[in-house]
Amino acid sequence: MATTTVGEADERLKQTSFLRRLMGRPELGAVGGAILVLIFFAIVARGTGLFSAMGVLNFLEVSAQLGIIAVAAAMLMIGGEFDLSVGSMIGFAGIVIAIPAVEWGWPLWLTILLAFAVALGVGWINGTIVVRTGLPSFIVTLGGLFILRGLTIGLTRLITGRTQIPGLRPLVEEDWLAGLFAGKVGYGLMQWLGDMGIIATRPDGVPLASGISMSIIWWVVITVLATWVLLRTRLGNWIFACGGDPNAARNVGVPVARVKIGLFMFTAVAATIFALVQTLSVGSADVLRGQLKEFEAIIAAVIGGCLLTGGYGSAVGATFGALIFGTVQMGIFYTGVNTDWFKVFLGVMMLIAVLFNNYVRRKATEGR
Amino acid sequence: MAEVPLIEVRDVSKHFGTVIALSGVSMTVWPGQVHCLLGDNGAGKSTLIKTLSGVHKPSEGEILLEGRPIVFESPRDALDRGIATVYQDLAMIPLMSITRNFFMGREKSVTRGRGLFERLDMKRANAIAREEMAKIGIDVRDPTQAVGTLSGGERQCVAIARAVYFGAKVLILDEPTSALGVKQASVVLRYVAQARARNLGVVFITHNVHHAWAVGDVFTVLNRGKTLGTFRKDEITREQLLNMMAGGKELEELSTELAEFARSDRARQPEAAAVEEEVAEELEKEVELDEKLAAQEHRLRRDGS
Ligand SMILES: Nc1ncnc2c1ncn2[C@@H]1O[C@H](COP(=O)(O)OP(=O)(O)OP(=O)(O)O)[C@@H](O)[C@H]1O
Ligand SMILES: [Mg+2]
Repeated sequence: MATTTVGEADERLKQTSFLRRLMGRPELGAVGGAILVLIFFAIVARGTGLFSAMGVLNFLEVSAQLGIIAVAAAMLMIGGEFDLSVGSMIGFAGIVIAIPAVEWGWPLWLTILLAFAVALGVGWINGTIVVRTGLPSFIVTLGGLFILRGLTIGLTRLITGRTQIPGLRPLVEEDWLAGLFAGKVGYGLMQWLGDMGIIATRPDGVPLASGISMSIIWWVVITVLATWVLLRTRLGNWIFACGGDPNAARNVGVPVARVKIGLFMFTAVAATIFALVQTLSVGSADVLRGQLKEFEAIIAAVIGGCLLTGGYGSAVGATFGALIFGTVQMGIFYTGVNTDWFKVFLGVMMLIAVLFNNYVRRKATEGR
Repeated sequence: MAEVPLIEVRDVSKHFGTVIALSGVSMTVWPGQVHCLLGDNGAGKSTLIKTLSGVHKPSEGEILLEGRPIVFESPRDALDRGIATVYQDLAMIPLMSITRNFFMGREKSVTRGRGLFERLDMKRANAIAREEMAKIGIDVRDPTQAVGTLSGGERQCVAIARAVYFGAKVLILDEPTSALGVKQASVVLRYVAQARARNLGVVFITHNVHHAWAVGDVFTVLNRGKTLGTFRKDEITREQLLNMMAGGKELEELSTELAEFARSDRARQPEAAAVEEEVAEELEKEVELDEKLAAQEHRLRRDGS
């Protein structure tokens, strides 16, 4: 126990070193891993186009889609819960957008709002069941995984007789809200880069990579917002507290139930954004969309430094976890390695991340 | 003393399934008074204060806050009404920083900006946490370090500093001195005296009768969920209290018993005898230490008023 009085320095307390501080950050592993992966492919995939403007935007887009749900999954994990129904929620949100729009002629903006409302409802139900019963969210949302997927397939077959709903593309073009999810931005910037000769252009001067897709914008916005909330707001403190020790949190006045339910709702909303970005840019909904995404999101969050036991992690980490994912997936594709190996890589990557995080956390929190 | 008690507990019982943790307990907390709650392990002390701080709702009986019957919906509710508690299990989150733990549940007091732009002023929060910890005699170099890296006593100090900082009317301390060294314990006792001087009502749970005697005005002894009575300091002696808690006598007996053992064992097992002698000595020292603390009492009283 420190028995010094104030003023005189405690000689046993070393100046907190920069390294120690760095080691204390949960996202360290993911940032380091992302740098390693980028360097690796910069060498291995040289000249394949992975690092052309097109290639970069491609792997960023893959990363972005996963990043959107990974950040939400990370926040939920920090709050001490899992959501395995994220992938099914993606599929479900897809048909909630597509069926009314294509089959019943609803305006797209209305079905988008409907999808968000449905997501909030699903998140609320997940959260309320977990909070009220005290059952592990793993089990509760595993139920959700099957129920939502089943509903998605069942309803779609019942209403349309198919498992795919194409025909969204013309609707997207004339809708004011859909552009927020399906469009691209930064045409001017890309054109300028093309004119300057920094990125490749077609013979007519139009750059091959004509714009930055909205998913990347959403990814960045959600990461920044989540980081802000986690580190700088009251709610953020509550989220860490709920995951760290819900009883202690409750005893000092944190509204644990409300925080957790809110996090489940946010996760479902993130899944809906994922669904919107994908469905609207492809132009069709598919009942199998989003399969296994729940696990990918959790893996990205874990690589990003989240503890499975809750109370520790970061949104930036999850974002870098997703970046590793996207880079490797596209890197393997560009280098022509059989994509079957991607899954092996994922599993190994996650194991390394867990071991590394475990080690770092022990270092960071061990007594002085 | 004010006309209305801060808190009045009337015939409160608490059952956990078939376990009767409290049955028909009454007590009154006045402003500017330190109310000591004494009793053996499992007597129901923690359960009683948890009904005061909104963790448990009483199964029977009622609680009055400043004369009005009240049911605390949650710990937050009790906190908002000015009742701050240091729980025996501390309610700390090891992986979170000292500052974040300090302000947990009370973040509003260090926010800047409004609405969507409301944010924690971490600089100010860190400064306050450091300052408040310094007041209790702990020099935290880095308030952003995880609470998990602190020693048990230091954690205790964070919890106490937090409760004192936010305690508006009533300060409840559940065994705040049990993990502390002599020095920190006396700092905590001085805090208790200061809180009384600021006209707060203090509920102070301890197993150490000397600590209790040093700062207490009123003593309630619990035994197996029932009160053995409430006594003002001038109605009872320390020895009587000690006997009621069934602590002091046994300690003395143990000390003499061990000395006996040592004597009889000396011939046969010199090593074991040496160990026992040491233990007996330690116990004696402890008694001396207790007396020293009791001597501090007068000084604390002066500090307090
Ligand atoms: N949540 C609970 N569920 C069931 N039984 C409980 C619960 N909380 C307390 N008890 C029981 O109530 C009794 C009183 O416990 P309490 O914690 O109030 O004792 P205490 O006087 O604070 O003891 P100590 O001095 O060891 O802290 C014990 O027998 C305990 O087992
Ligand atoms: Mg207790």
